[in-house]
Amino acid sequence: MVKEMVKSTVVGLTGDGAAADAMLQIDPDVVAAYPITPQTEIVERFAEYVANGRVNTEFVAVESEHSALSACCGASAAGARVITCTSSQGLALMHEMLYITSGNRLPIVMPMVNRTLSAPINIHGDHSDSMGSRDAGWIQLFCMDAQEVYDNTIQAVRIAEHPDVHLPVMVCLDGFQVSHDMEWVEMLPDEEVKKFIGQTPGIINMLDKDNPINIGGLALPPVFFEHKVSMIRALEGSANIIRQIGAEWGELTGRAYGLIETHRLEDAEVAIIATSGAAGTTRCVVDALRDEGRKVGLLRLRAYRPFPAEDIAAALKGVKAVAVLDRAASPGAPGAPILSDVRTALYDAADRPKVVGYVFGLGGRDLSLDQVASVYERLEHIVQTGEVGPALSYLGLRDD
Amino acid sequence: MKIRRIEDLAEMPTVSQVPLGGILVNLGNAVNYRTGSWRTQRPILNLAACTNCLLCWVNCPDGSIVLNDGKVSAIDEAHCKGCGICAQVCPTRPTKAMTMAQGGEY
Repeated sequence: MVKEMVKSTVVGLTGDGAAADAMLQIDPDVVAAYPITPQTEIVERFAEYVANGRVNTEFVAVESEHSALSACCGASAAGARVITCTSSQGLALMHEMLYITSGNRLPIVMPMVNRTLSAPINIHGDHSDSMGSRDAGWIQLFCMDAQEVYDNTIQAVRIAEHPDVHLPVMVCLDGFQVSHDMEWVEMLPDEEVKKFIGQTPGIINMLDKDNPINIGGLALPPVFFEHKVSMIRALEGSANIIRQIGAEWGELTGRAYGLIETHRLEDAEVAIIATSGAAGTTRCVVDALRDEGRKVGLLRLRAYRPFPAEDIAAALKGVKAVAVLDRAASPGAPGAPILSDVRTALYDAADRPKVVGYVFGLGGRDLSLDQVASVYERLEHIVQTGEVGPALSYLGLRDD
Repeated sequence: MKIRRIEDLAEMPTVSQVPLGGILVNLGNAVNYRTGSWRTQRPILNLAACTNCLLCWVNCPDGSIVLNDGKVSAIDEAHCKGCGICAQVCPTRPTKAMTMAQGGEY
């Protein structure tokens, strides 16, 4: 995965370290953040950079995550480049402000370390937190490893501040499995990052006294609907911008990004759709099963919002059975978050594949290679017999 | 039942016409939003008792105390919401220059 690039330096970093060091190179104007496991290392490490004078950032130590994002909104409305980061209960506490950020079209970037939500209390990774915020109007990118945390955090600044987007971006990484796993990470020289992100355009700037504006105004029934849909259109339109910036990053680093990534999917008969760290595990299983001559493939979601419905439908052409791995449940729903979106995306496709879903890894439980292999076995069974079985199952659960 | 069309919304901005993030660019437009009909009580100004201390003018949250030549002269009936703060802060005694009366209509 790590290519030898002339310009880059290879360092050992955890996912949290990669986020903090990307922030070091971005050198944002304002960071307001509150530490929470397993995101703590990002705040600690970045606060050290501030204390040692390695960045020009105004660091605001706040009393809660609600205050963190509120302070960020104020700074962003004043035209500053702003980053915060959180996890789990912290994101839940920010929930009110998430909608205010996107509704006011403030381009804030937030590394978000995925951890489950209480109760029972648990500090380990699953996607309950960010899936609970999927309708908040934020762009959500999911990282497979520490390298992608670095890559996505820097690209997120460009995506968020693009004049046609102007929306906040959440960069999601699995708690512990990515946030605390030490990996090789290629870093660009500081000046290359500076050049890539450029100056913040400061499109919304309350401190511009020559062009005074008021932000956070009241929009009653005659205008609210139009404001909301204009935000929705910007989020939908961000898909192309994410692709463009991902391609530009590829020219610079050798690592190009789209909304999805496929692995040995071209002639596959069965496929798994996964995201984050689970996609890395699935990739290993695909390679092992391919060695046995089995036609298996992987489709990885990098962007969850905007949801790449067309990319998925196109990539799955010819695939006969698909399993979606969700690391979050949607209690009472006829599916799980990604499963439901994938089914919607495929409903109108000609010759759509059979689609089943699995909820796995809640509260940080590991996803093992043999569990993933058992999913491929079931998919092959579906193709051979036409018997689909339950639409949603739990993987790795001691069930009765 | 007759289904009525809501004609008066046709002139409002469309999705592509609303400003980014709902920012207000034409400042001072609150004056166009007439909130006088919200009143259930109305302030009554007795100019004969007024010492022109301007406490009502300072405290009015809606800028509805009208000054003329630096002196209290009237209530802005189109915007006063009838909150009663002006009457509460009015210090003149024994006859108060500002009192509240029931009913919003003048």
